[in-house]
Amino acid sequence: MANNTYRVPIVEKIFNANDQIAAANRRLLDARHVFSINIMASPGAGKTSFILKTIQALAPDLRTGVVEGDTAPVTIDADKITAVGMPAVQINTGGDCHLDAVMLKDGLEQLPLDDIVLLVVENVGNLICPAAFSLGTHLNILIASIPEGDDKPYKYPAIYRGVDVLIINKVDLMPYVPFNMDYFRQGVEMLNPGLTTFPVSCMTGEGLDSWVDWLKQKVAEGQNR
Amino acid sequence: MHELAVTESIFNIAMKHAKEAQASRVTDLYVVIGRLSSIVDDSVQFYWDMITEDTLCAGSLLHFQRVPAQLLCFDCSKEFTLDSELAPCPSCGSAKIKVISGDQFYLDSIEIQK
Repeated sequence: MANNTYRVPIVEKIFNANDQIAAANRRLLDARHVFSINIMASPGAGKTSFILKTIQALAPDLRTGVVEGDTAPVTIDADKITAVGMPAVQINTGGDCHLDAVMLKDGLEQLPLDDIVLLVVENVGNLICPAAFSLGTHLNILIASIPEGDDKPYKYPAIYRGVDVLIINKVDLMPYVPFNMDYFRQGVEMLNPGLTTFPVSCMTGEGLDSWVDWLKQKVAEGQNR
Repeated sequence: MHELAVTESIFNIAMKHAKEAQASRVTDLYVVIGRLSSIVDDSVQFYWDMITEDTLCAGSLLHFQRVPAQLLCFDCSKEFTLDSELAPCPSCGSAKIKVISGDQFYLDSIEIQK
């Protein structure tokens, strides 16, 4: 090594810049008394169906706004939300595999925050990248679905580590798919002990009541902060 | 994957510190990645070479130090490291474990010339 080479210690988190903007998003949401959740899952896990079921169950008492993240400029998901009478904003990530805090900041600027009490963010369908980019939402929620297989906590530990709630969707398919629930839950338990979990089916409606009641309570607690 | 975003982040942090240290060039960068953190593959170096062109970091090398996860078993109180797939406690087989570390993802240091 050359004599004039110096080592500069840094120890700075690589997602520091994103985390700072996420913190600003949180401050904005708190100031407007909006409770917020970030929904993450693989493609096809049922994010949009789950969000639709949730906001339909909450309406008309709770006004919900939705930020839809998509890699392509398609408005299929946002159209479904506006069809049930709730404000939705489509964020096209331009091919990016995740939403980041800056994209959510842009989305928040387009939503009538004073008109809603709950914000639902539908992240890009992906189990890797969204885990690394915090958005500033109050809760991070992961939807796992039965057909994905029971090994996902073992293959994608980062996303299971970082969430506050786990939804296990499509439980109506359990009789038809080889899915070892004990093995799945063991992986989750190792990564995120005591994680709040709701097994549901958006097809049959099973389990959705418990989830919606729980969420209502969280939104009320958020309002009273 | 989000390699480009990661690469840009590393670049911004490195440039800030290089300028503060009045570097004439950055030669090496050391990134620490925990076993349970995001996967970052070799394409980061490829992006790195492109975005650092004509900057203080041009021609520099990225070094990724992958560190194992550190876990603690709640049942037998033994600590163990995880270097491959997630598995129950190797001593007693319990799945009641706590992750002590493994989520790291940071720029540890850089080497510069003045």
